[in-house]
Amino acid sequence: MIDYQSILNEEVQKIKPSGIRRFFDIANEMDHVISLSIGEPDFTTPWHVRQEGIRTLEDGKTWYSPNRGFMELREEISRWLKRRYHTEYDPKTELLVTVGGSEAIDLCIRSLVKPGEEVLIPQPSFVCYEPLTEMAHGVPVIIETKQEDQFRLNPQALREKITPKTKLLILPFPNNPTGAVMRREHLKEIAKVVEEFNLMVLSDEIYSELTYGDTRHVSFAAIDGMKERTIVVNGFSKAFAMTGWRLGYAAGPKEIIAQMTKLHQYGIMSAPTMAQYAATEAMKNGDSDIDEMREQYDMRRRLIVSGFNSMGLTCFEPEGAFYVFPCIKSTGLSSEEFCEKLLYAEHVAVVPGNAFGACGEGYIRVSYSYSIKHITEALSRIEHFINSLS
Amino acid sequence: MDRLLTLLDENARLSTAQLAAMLNKTEKEVEAEIDAYEKAGVIRGYKALINWEKVDENKASALIELRVSPKRDRGFDEIANRIMQFEEVESVYLMSGGYDLAVKVHGRSMQEIAMFVMRRLSTLDSVLSTATHFILTRYKDGGVILNQEEERDERRSVLCD
Repeated sequence: MIDYQSILNEEVQKIKPSGIRRFFDIANEMDHVISLSIGEPDFTTPWHVRQEGIRTLEDGKTWYSPNRGFMELREEISRWLKRRYHTEYDPKTELLVTVGGSEAIDLCIRSLVKPGEEVLIPQPSFVCYEPLTEMAHGVPVIIETKQEDQFRLNPQALREKITPKTKLLILPFPNNPTGAVMRREHLKEIAKVVEEFNLMVLSDEIYSELTYGDTRHVSFAAIDGMKERTIVVNGFSKAFAMTGWRLGYAAGPKEIIAQMTKLHQYGIMSAPTMAQYAATEAMKNGDSDIDEMREQYDMRRRLIVSGFNSMGLTCFEPEGAFYVFPCIKSTGLSSEEFCEKLLYAEHVAVVPGNAFGACGEGYIRVSYSYSIKHITEALSRIEHFINSLS
Repeated sequence: MDRLLTLLDENARLSTAQLAAMLNKTEKEVEAEIDAYEKAGVIRGYKALINWEKVDENKASALIELRVSPKRDRGFDEIANRIMQFEEVESVYLMSGGYDLAVKVHGRSMQEIAMFVMRRLSTLDSVLSTATHFILTRYKDGGVILNQEEERDERRSVLCD
């Protein structure tokens, strides 16, 4: 019999499986569970975009695409980035189409980080940055973001974590799970530090189209002097409700994109062809879809924030993505206890904040990518739960 | 389109507080807007969408196509006004195409509806002909799918096998 443990790569074995897995398994077994836990749009991909995918299948366009992605799609991405964020990228050399934003994050970290170099990761944040850094033999260094800073990256906190080994800063904004957004003035402050310490930046802007209020998203690459040190990761999943199509992209200096392209070429080959055709249509004719979805999210956002505040769980008003991150410390329960009790008592599933980093303890992540009917029902169950605690 | 009206169109039972939160307005403002819409006749009422088949109520309904002769000066209004007085009549539409009025009628049985058409509708002066189509099953009504057990969320957590 093979002793698999002894033959498997130790570093891979050391990677922790996601802590919320157990929790989801329980929820999955229960009946009548109302979930506010899922991190993807509830909208289906706009019909004209799906139709384009169908059309290419009918026409039999089922071959590989070039490694970097179809030129037509890269041209559209280039136009899009210019139109939406005023950043300019050469579609020939500065863009790479990937299998979701996740692949782009992996490629970027592996291309930039040398063994032993440090990667700064603000937390709470999406779960992939730490393990991917470790697999690249980099050293993850966590920076905690705080509710009193609206969960923005504080330039002073950033400064304190910088050492001679620091290579890369990850900027995960708009943020999953907190909904925090870095406005232009906040990014400028970060840019000063980045410049001073000669850092590179991976700006994960996958939620860029989902910001609320008067001002739209500002790309970190649009800040003076930052384009040459920034790899922007973005994609189609959140903006166009295209999660299952698995399509994202990276935009950055051609020298870095060239290295990422090699990894992509040998590991992935090319992103799904059908998805690329559909995404081209989305970029050309999808602006109004985004506007409509954003307005829907915005109404739900205000509904859910006011719901939590009125039941006494203080809730920082998120400015982006589709999550709220209420503080549950007043209940005296830990995040996991809260979620588990809520699940058993009221059959409502939300995600413990510490799944997104230890500093998420005391918070829960609640997704509002659900119908208003669903949200109001879940809120009333949560309120019932809170009242039963006191 | 007005967001307030769209929200109420979907669910008239949302509280003023909930509406105000969603629309980023005060409760007073929302109340005033609803009031104005009611006064202007934009909002004509609030009612529940009931799946009567589930309540074991004897209920039948039919769509009736009417061909009518319009009156000088008053066109189709006179006959439409006459028809909508019947309490059996749920809706009356003036149509383009092969007939003039579409009338939705409900009753306790098909028999009752048949009698209504025979005795009361077809006997009206301007009615030239009627064609009665009984509704066999209502799948979706007023934008709501009726016989769906529970809305299924097909999204799965990526963490589940």
